[in-house]
Amino acid sequence: MGNPNAGKSSLFNQLTGLRQKTGNFPGVTVDKKSGMWPLDATTTVTVVDFPGVYSIYPKSLDEQIVTDILANPAHPDYPDVAVVVVDASNLHRNLLLFTQIADLGVPTVLALNMLDVARDQGKEVNGARLAMRLGVPVIRINARTGEGIEQVRKAVQGQLANPTLPAKLFFDPADEAPGLVADTKAQYGLDNNYLALQYVIQHDGFSFLNRDQQLGLDTLIKTHQFSETAFQANETITRYKRIAALMGEAITQKTANDQPTWSQKLDRILLHPVWGYAIFGFILLLIFQAIFAWATPLQDAIDEGVAWLNGTLKQNLPAGPLTDLLTDGILAGIGGILVFVPQIAFLFLLVSLLEESGYMSRVMVIMDRIMRKFGLNGRSVVPLISGVACAVPAIMATRSIGTRRDRLITILVTPLMSCSARLPIYTILIALVVPNTRVLGLFNMQGLALMALYLLGLVSALLAAYVLKLILKTKERSFFIMELPTFKLPRWNHVGLSVWESVRAFVWEAGRVILAISIVLWVSASYGPGDSMQQAEDRVRQQGAALTAGTPVMRQSDRDQLENRVAAARREASYAGRFGHFIEPVIKPLGYDWKIGIALLASFAAREVFVGTMATIYSIGDGADEEGVTIRERLRAERNPDTGGPMYTPAVAWSLLIFYVFAMMCMSTLAATQRETKSWKWPAVQLVYMMLLAYGAAFVTYRVLS
Amino acid sequence: MSKRSVADLKIGERATIMAFNDQLMSLKLLEMGCLPGAEICLHCKAPLGDPICLNVSGYCLSMRRSEAATILVE
Repeated sequence: MGNPNAGKSSLFNQLTGLRQKTGNFPGVTVDKKSGMWPLDATTTVTVVDFPGVYSIYPKSLDEQIVTDILANPAHPDYPDVAVVVVDASNLHRNLLLFTQIADLGVPTVLALNMLDVARDQGKEVNGARLAMRLGVPVIRINARTGEGIEQVRKAVQGQLANPTLPAKLFFDPADEAPGLVADTKAQYGLDNNYLALQYVIQHDGFSFLNRDQQLGLDTLIKTHQFSETAFQANETITRYKRIAALMGEAITQKTANDQPTWSQKLDRILLHPVWGYAIFGFILLLIFQAIFAWATPLQDAIDEGVAWLNGTLKQNLPAGPLTDLLTDGILAGIGGILVFVPQIAFLFLLVSLLEESGYMSRVMVIMDRIMRKFGLNGRSVVPLISGVACAVPAIMATRSIGTRRDRLITILVTPLMSCSARLPIYTILIALVVPNTRVLGLFNMQGLALMALYLLGLVSALLAAYVLKLILKTKERSFFIMELPTFKLPRWNHVGLSVWESVRAFVWEAGRVILAISIVLWVSASYGPGDSMQQAEDRVRQQGAALTAGTPVMRQSDRDQLENRVAAARREASYAGRFGHFIEPVIKPLGYDWKIGIALLASFAAREVFVGTMATIYSIGDGADEEGVTIRERLRAERNPDTGGPMYTPAVAWSLLIFYVFAMMCMSTLAATQRETKSWKWPAVQLVYMMLLAYGAAFVTYRVLS
Repeated sequence: MSKRSVADLKIGERATIMAFNDQLMSLKLLEMGCLPGAEICLHCKAPLGDPICLNVSGYCLSMRRSEAATILVE
């Protein structure tokens, strides 16, 4: 445990190496990183990396878990020994949390990290003196290099074999409120004064207390006329006073430290009204470049790899429904997931580099004022940027936003950012209706159209946030008190782990849904009620036979064409085709026909299914050499049966594009919203408002353009 | 008592924290090391003057102007 940026995760990685895994703390969705650490020949212990906190009083969801566990010895993750990592260059603030943890009665080991930084600032820390005064083992470590790990091992072994607690509490609430502490201890069977105080002050947040227990504490507070706020303020001040006295003994300051450090000089540039935004803009551009340009070759490779595997399987497995399900259903579904992995990996590589270096906090500072106008928070920047790759990890990234309303609004609007799953849809439809020409000799029209769609997503996210801000009233105040960490070189193992985690979360969370949908889609497109599909096929074959009646030998191309028509007819007669016809009246005002209807329905669970479904519906055979070109040509050739003109007029294509900018077509995102808000109301709100927006905007687009 | 708050500081100006005028906000600020008697220095401002970055207790803390306005200084 420890403050953010104190070096917890570095120490955790040193102790556990690759023997770690990520899961959830029971009952909540806060990431829990745990790992195995072989303590000695016979004992292996589980090490848990707790989220960084400044005190035992939580300010965000991430922080709540620390208090929840430390106040509940029955919790499965309650520590036998707490290793508290502190930043020695900022000992004063770091020791606040340490004294609170120690006062809760957890056997602790204090690990002094960043002694080199402290030394550069002219501070010498006397560990022995600290150990004597705090009554716990104090170890000097360097979490980056792994120095001091052996001493940590010995100290933990000692605390496990023979737990020692400080002789008396650093801050004893019984000194100030003896009656209340005694009553709480008696009523709830506690034997630690400070734990009793936590019951009193924080009982509303403690999920392990039942309703009656919480009400009982309310009564206790009333009888003793106890003021939580005043007491907590007094506790913090008293602790800091005692820490200051302790530091006077244990730290020798050799040189005065008044000059602005290089980190602060850098801040003047990064937060500069002009340079600050220019640098941020440049970095954003770089991120986009990475996602769209650098990731493409990798995506193509994955695409080809899956296609090759698909082909090989088809050739080598006996033909039949099972093989079809495996190749066209499951493998196609998996391919659809894997193809987004490079984009997500690149995005999170860059985002985690920015976070590791400390730059992300500066971005939050320069964006806070602007975001606040829209009911968001400087901290909303990371989820919004991440939303460009995938809304699922982006929504999970909102946990660091302490204010409930800011967080909720961020969750609700993040899916409006155009995620990478929309990209294939954008690309195909833009290529269909926007000429590939240059304007002003510089910009490509298609590129501009693409950028306009992304901007539309961003602007609508901000506007939606603004509207939500007006609707969602709250008494809770938004706040933005944040440490600006000093700039550091990124630790590559942390960056690697973070990228791996995002990719894993995407493949696992989104992947399961997409896979399930692909299978359902395949089944519903392959089977129809009764023998209706067979009838449709026979009809087409008869027509085909009548047409080619005079020709002795059917040409290969004709045969292909016939097969395609047969497949299309079967598709129309299948369950999916029937669904498409069924919803046609609803989507007619937007300019769509039943074929688009099937694709819409199929992509309801995951947008990326759209292009694949279009390909299936327009029965692009397996023989097509290059899918992208073929499907585009096929769409261009599609005729509207009512007018005889092209089906995909600019009006229809733009209507579809606009629809996809707004539409909430992603089950995994809804699932993520449900998990993160712990309610069904918010995913429902998200679904309804985005769908209405999509339908309305697509309708207007179609009417205006046609 | 002076009515000046941290929000009124100029860049590079130092002051000593005297009191808070918002109890709930003060809980967060105290934990972050903004203690009565501690020296605080405005080291830079975000564009548009908000949020601001402060040096306090030996590290850099950023907060909104409205939050800084609850910290009264001498």
